This record gives sequence, structure tokens and C-alpha cells, in this order.
Amino acid sequence: MTAATTAGALAEPDVVLVRPTHGWGGFNLRELWRYRELVYFLIWRDIKVRYKQTVLGAAWAILKPLLTMVIFAVIFGRLARIPTDEVAPPLFYFAGLIPWLLFQDGVSKAGNSLVASGHLVTKVYFPRMAIPLASVVAGVVDTGLSFLVLLGMMAIYGVRPTAALLTLPLFLLLALVTALGVGLWLSAMNVTYRDVGYITPFLVQVWMYASPVAYSATLIPEGPWRLIYGLNPMAGVVQGFRWALLGVGSPPSALMAASLVVALLLVISGAVYFRRAERTFADVV
Amino acid sequence: MSSLAIRVQDLGKLYHIGQTARRFRTLRDAMTETARGALQRLRGRGGDQQDAIWALRQATFDVQRGQVLGVIGRNGAGKSTLLKLLSRITEPTEGQAEIHGRVGSLLEVGTGFHPELTGRENIYLNGAILGMRRTEIERKFDEIVAFSEVEKFIDTPVKRYSSGMYLRLAFAVAAHLEPEILLVDEVLAVGDAEFQRKCLGKMSAVAQEGRTVLFVSHNMSAVTRLTEEAIVLDRGRIVLRAPSAEAVDFYMTSGLGQEGERVWQGDERLTSSGPFHPLALRVLDGRGRASGQVVSTQPFEVEFEYQLDQEIAGLRVGLYLLTSRGEPVFTTFDTDDPHDFERLRQRPAGRHVSRCRIPADLLNEGRFVLGVNASSYRVRSYFTDEHALTFTVDGTGAPGSQWPEHRSGPLRPRLEWRIEDRR
Repeated sequence: MTAATTAGALAEPDVVLVRPTHGWGGFNLRELWRYRELVYFLIWRDIKVRYKQTVLGAAWAILKPLLTMVIFAVIFGRLARIPTDEVAPPLFYFAGLIPWLLFQDGVSKAGNSLVASGHLVTKVYFPRMAIPLASVVAGVVDTGLSFLVLLGMMAIYGVRPTAALLTLPLFLLLALVTALGVGLWLSAMNVTYRDVGYITPFLVQVWMYASPVAYSATLIPEGPWRLIYGLNPMAGVVQGFRWALLGVGSPPSALMAASLVVALLLVISGAVYFRRAERTFADVV
Repeated sequence: MSSLAIRVQDLGKLYHIGQTARRFRTLRDAMTETARGALQRLRGRGGDQQDAIWALRQATFDVQRGQVLGVIGRNGAGKSTLLKLLSRITEPTEGQAEIHGRVGSLLEVGTGFHPELTGRENIYLNGAILGMRRTEIERKFDEIVAFSEVEKFIDTPVKRYSSGMYLRLAFAVAAHLEPEILLVDEVLAVGDAEFQRKCLGKMSAVAQEGRTVLFVSHNMSAVTRLTEEAIVLDRGRIVLRAPSAEAVDFYMTSGLGQEGERVWQGDERLTSSGPFHPLALRVLDGRGRASGQVVSTQPFEVEFEYQLDQEIAGLRVGLYLLTSRGEPVFTTFDTDDPHDFERLRQRPAGRHVSRCRIPADLLNEGRFVLGVNASSYRVRSYFTDEHALTFTVDGTGAPGSQWPEHRSGPLRPRLEWRIEDRR
């Protein structure tokens, strides 16, 4: 569907043409921008209802990484004795878990988002991309809350943040972009193939072990292996996050560049696939 | 600016039954289908037309600015498809439509309401979903709340609302949508009579403000009242465009109406979940013909035909009889008899017909609505249609016909009276 827009690029189009579209279609970011208020409301809704009817409420945002950290510290730290780059294990794991959980929740929620919003898709028009986008972005609130806990932990362990801290938003953004890329793929596929619902938890689990969440990327030997490892954008994100906060490892370089390229590829291909699949969402969901 | 609001040219939508029949596919299906599709493409596009249905085809019409156009036709005729195409929910397969101006579509009220959010929050969310700007919602907020009559509960989660309150709030938001072109589907079919009156009132107010409205409805009196002109759809095609009274008359007399028979076609069959698919519901008169008119003094039958994809345990198929005002008259299930229930503990896959005989001298004259339901008690409800069809009962010869007066109440049983002398 195309909108024949007039000079005011972002204004309401005068004439809307409804007709079959072919080929790969455009990204239609303009359309998404026109509906930015809806995107905002969807994010707001996702945040609002996230911990409704739970006893502990938003405390879950903190408990989830905290409990996972304890498990990691016991199993990987105490039992397996995996080195944590001379950082106190709780701090090491917690710092890795923050961006990881942002990604994991984003992917899981986005993957299911379109199916869960089937009633919207079949009854109202809006750029469908708003739905997975809102699911991914809504996770930022959780991240913010657990980040406060992390700052407290850093104070306790006496770790002083360096100027590298300023690069932190970049890593968060990269995590979001990656989650959105994967989320777009999964959500669009889920509309037609409900197998996605079963694959996602497994995919996320494998992905976690392929990312330096429970261990340090420095364990991966230098050279070509490190580059292949960097093809997983979350490797760059998690390692970069620790570097920015705790000064662990080397400043991101080749690893980061590879991560960035892959993340962009994911989000672009995801958007293209999504746009193609979008046409039949309302008929299939 | 032209005076044209909507121009539709050869608009068509093809649904692949194979694609939607199972509602969603598994990857394995997709792989086999892809392989088959590739083979077909090699042979040159064969085969795939058979399991496809044109929900709408070659629809061509114009709507002038400020015109209120009715769209009538029985279920599956393509009315909803037309609205979905014009509101851009789904893409057409062929043809095109030009829409001049901001479109608001109301295919249902309360789209996107979240049960956990309060009334206040849902007004904002629902407003945004319907395409209102935030400032616009803020401006109209008090008006919306006043219209909905739920002021006291505006900060209560809507899951605690009664269904009436929920509907009123939902409609209040929708009613304050101010698009240049309004597309309305059967939203009036829900709610009680009072609510419907209110909706109709608001609709005619909208129409008088000079906005363009496309109004889909089964409520023929609403169509005649609210629209000047109407188009009649039958099996995906526009068969007539005429002044509303004429169009309604054509629709009712040409046998296109829903009276006496309801057939679920194409993707409608899939509105049910899982293994149960409704096929047809019929009211059969004394001679065994589907009819919208039965006589009170003669027995008649109601038959419901359906298909089971697989065996269902404990299935019961039931009928709800309601008056035209929506008051329940009775509910009955095909396995009400414990022996039948025992015998049909497992209902095998395949086509079935459940027939119910309504005895003579039971119903009063007037219009009735039949609803159907299929469920396994306390396990799952497979299908419900509370307004599947309507029929009329003729009271000629009913008890007390010697007095030409209206008898109140939905029933008019022939009861035994004894008049004795007491001394």
C-alpha cells in the first residue's frame, strides 16, 4: 500500500491509494513516524501492564537478574571456577546480565507480540512494525531499574566508573537494534508458523551460551575465532558493556565492528521480511 | 479539492482456503507446499485456483463527499472484506481504491482495550489505536467520559466493569472519532436495545454533520433510516446500487436475506476454533423446506449441520432461542437426554446434523433469533454464534385468535383449561 504524499512529507496524505503491492516494498519509516504517538502508547501500555497482578510488581525487574546472577556465581564462579577477569563475580555476571536480559526479553516478547495482538491486526490499520518495536523498547524500563542496582553494587565493591561509561548508551542501543532485528523476523514468522513459539526459548538459550554472559570473551582465543565470535552482535554488546562499566578487557574494536555490521544486517533484513509478510498478517493471524 | 471521497475500481480480494483453513501453518506444511508450488509453477500456474475464494471481486463504485452509503448483504457476501480493504487492514489482490481524506474505521468497538488498564488509560490507548492524536483525546476527554456514563469508575481497571459499562466506554471513544470518512461495521449488533438506540442516534448525528460514511449493517431499519443509498453485495459482487428503501426491498425479497437459513461459507467457517466447523443452520417448515416463516400451530424443525475434523469427547450442540429484543426464551442441547449423551460420548469425525423439533403451539407470533453453540461441558467451547439467523412465527389460528389483540410474552402455549360450575 502506498501513500501518495504531498509536499508536507510527514503530514496526513491527501489521497490514500489502496492497491496490491508487489516486490519488496519500502521500509515505510515515514508511515511509522506518522504513527509515532501510537508507538508511544503501545510502549506505555506494555510497561504499564508488565507486572500487573503480580505480588512483587516491578521488583521482578530487579529480582530476575539478581537471582540469575546468584545462580551463575555459584555454578560458573564457585563450582566451575571460570575466571571473571579479576572482577568480583557478582559484579561481573550482573553487568553482563543487564544487556543480555534486555535482549532476551525483547526477543521473546517481540516474537509473540503480533500473535498476541491479533485482535488489533484484524481490526485496525497502522504500521504493524509498531507492535514488535514497542515490545522491544518497553524493556528499557527494566534495564533502567536493574542498572540502579548495579550502580549500588559498584559502590559496594568500590569500582569507580571511568569515562568509558559515556559509551554505555551505544551498547544499549546496539542490544535494542539486535533484539528488534531478531524480533521482526520472529514476530512475522510466528504469524504464519506457530513453531516459532517453541523455537524461541531454545534459540534464546543457545544464544546466551554463544554470548559472554556467564563467562568472559577473553576466553575465546585471539585471531579468526574471535572474529567469528564477533558475528554474534550480543558478544560485542555484553563485552562492551562490561568494558564501559568495569574496565574489563580491551576497548571494543574489531569485535564491535563485526557486531555492528551484523546487527544492522539483522534489522534491515528483518524489516524487509516483515514488510513482505505484513500484507497477509490480517488474513492469517 | 474534488467532491469525491472514495473511488473504488475493480477491487478484489482472493482468499486461499488452503492457506487459512488451518488458520496457521507449521514449517513442515510450508516446506511441502513450497515444493508443490515450485512444481506447479514449472507446469505453469495450475491448481491453485480451486481452493481459492474471491471474497470480493470487481467492486466498482464512488462515494461522494458527505454521502452516507449503506452496504448490505448476507454473511460472507464480502461486506467486511470491503471495509477491511478500504481501511487498509488487508491488501487487495487486484484493483484499487482512492480515498480522499482521513479515514476512521470502526470494525468493532473497544479494539485494543486492555483489561488491566483503567478506563482513563484505555480511553487514551483506544483513541490512539483508532487514529486520534493525543491532543485531540485530551481535548475530548471529558466529553467522552460524560457520554460513557462511567465517571465514577474511570480509574478502575476495565476488567472490573460490567459488560454494559465496557461497551458504553468503548463506544464513547469511537463516537468521538472525527474522521472525514467513517467506515462502520456491525458495531450496533452488540449491546442492549438502549445502547443500540444511543449508537444509532450518534450515527445519524455524524451523518448530518456532512461526513462521508460507509455503513455496513444487518439491521435493515437502521440502513433505511441512516442512509440515502445502499449497495447490495452477493457472493463478493455488487448486485445493486439503489436508494436505500429500494435496495433493502430487493435484498429482503430476492432471497438474499438471512431469514430461515444461515450458511457458513469460506473463511467464516474458520471463526470457530479447532475441530468444529459450522456448515449450516436452517429452520424447516412443516413441509421440510428452509423457511423464514413458520406457523405457530404447526410443529417445525431446526437443523444444524456441522463438520468435525476429529472425534470430540462429550460434545453438545445447542440452540438458543431469543426474542428479537434479545430476551432469552430457552436453551436446548442435542444431548440433553442422558441416554443420548451416554451413547454419543465420543462424536466421530465427519459431517453431522443435529435436528430439533419445536412442538406446535409453543411460540407466540413475532420475530425470533436463533443462536447456536457447540461445546464440551467444562472443557471447551468450540463455536458460538448468538445471532445466527432470524425467523418469523405466524400466529394464525393460535389459541385466542378470536380476539385480534397482541399477546405479550414470547410463548403462546395451548394450555388446558377446565371451567366448572361451583356452587
